Amino acid sequence: MEVKLTSPVDKKDLASLRAGDRVLLSGPVYTARDAAHKRLTELIAQGKTLPFSLPGSVIYYVGPTPEAPGQIIGSAGPTTSGRMDAYSPTLLDLGQPVMIGKGNRSREVVDAIVRNGAVYLAAMGGAGALMGACVKSVELLCWEDLGCEAVRRLEVEDMPLTVAIDSRGGNLYESGPAAYLESVR
Amino acid sequence: MRIIQSEEISAAVAALCVRANRQLPPDVVRAMERAAQEEPWSLAKDTLKVLCDNRTAALEHCLPVCQDTGMACVFAQVGQDVHIEGDFSAAVDEGVRRGYEAGFLRKSVVADPLRRGNTGDNTPAALTVELVPGDRLRLTVVPKGFGSENMSALKMLKPSDGVQGVKDFVLSTVKAAGSNPCPPIVVGLGLGGTFDKAALLAKHALLRPLDLPNPDPYYAALERELLEEINALGIGPQGFGGRTTALAVKIETMPTHVAGLPAAVNISCHVTRRASIEL
Repeated sequence: MEVKLTSPVDKKDLASLRAGDRVLLSGPVYTARDAAHKRLTELIAQGKTLPFSLPGSVIYYVGPTPEAPGQIIGSAGPTTSGRMDAYSPTLLDLGQPVMIGKGNRSREVVDAIVRNGAVYLAAMGGAGALMGACVKSVELLCWEDLGCEAVRRLEVEDMPLTVAIDSRGGNLYESGPAAYLESVR
Repeated sequence: MRIIQSEEISAAVAALCVRANRQLPPDVVRAMERAAQEEPWSLAKDTLKVLCDNRTAALEHCLPVCQDTGMACVFAQVGQDVHIEGDFSAAVDEGVRRGYEAGFLRKSVVADPLRRGNTGDNTPAALTVELVPGDRLRLTVVPKGFGSENMSALKMLKPSDGVQGVKDFVLSTVKAAGSNPCPPIVVGLGLGGTFDKAALLAKHALLRPLDLPNPDPYYAALERELLEEINALGIGPQGFGGRTTALAVKIETMPTHVAGLPAAVNISCHVTRRASIEL
């Protein structure tokens, strides 16, 4: 099934998504990798204000390549999500509903997804040159010292994604290989 | 004696960094296209086609194939009759600095493993120098992304573990890597030597064109068997299921100690990049 999704996201729109569904996402997306997640959770621990509001937000685990003159963004595919596993439950429990990355998540993250009615979407790993085409604008939000890991606000249009882990805990990284192996048995 | 100026080396490395990141080697392109044709699982087939489209889009728009433009692994085979004018390793780093800036490549290197801090220019390179006969200098740049590098492993097996022990180690490493290293992957396997040499052999194995088997028929057969067993795991492209979990397994070996069987698995993704030049 292919579903259009708009951010900021209403969790009600996530309930019907199932692992394996294809999503076309439009709206603002915030980039954050390990270093930015560390700072976000430190700010939370200190009770300070975050650079963007977590409820309704979409976080994309990406560190794009610099844009050449005339380009909006360079190559912009997902990084391995597992490195964010230590931080994600904290963000999800504060209402952050949609994560985009690649690769399976820890038990703790899946539990937090189910507990909060969130979803984890997969972007195509290693298809950075294609992903850049759906980015309509880029704005550096904060932590420029992190270089490619700084937090940016992207405006995306019809970003092609796959529901990897749905709000009920359905997991394409488990069901996909299992279905294939069943087909060749 | 032949003299090579360090400036020549910097210019060559810079050009190789850009080329390697934008243009995949022809053997990798062939392997991906064949996989897309032969993959029986439709979701996996679609995924492989998108990855092939990505490669052509990168070429067309002068973009890096992947945003992780890697740590620049540079392999230099230096002819022993070559004299390099200036500081060789500084010349290589200067090449990386220029290439990553001019090619709009991502700077992904931190200055310290624990204290971090981006160096801002993707230096230093991970440089490996080999002294060879002759008066030529061969440079190969391998931008290595860490999605796959992080999934690599080394194990000091016992001689009694034998070929089955090696197979079990490779398969468990690929299984544990799962969806993380952007499958379909390329597996470099280093066997023998010492702890450090095994790791280097595994990295060297990734330099071999995918359609070139190990010259020793015994290891060529082991490469085929391992590929078949990996592709029976079902992980598939992106980890969404399918046959094509790996494009190739490449083995490099060297003699080892009577008491040892070092085995290193270096995993690379479908964006297995390398570019070479001979000066």
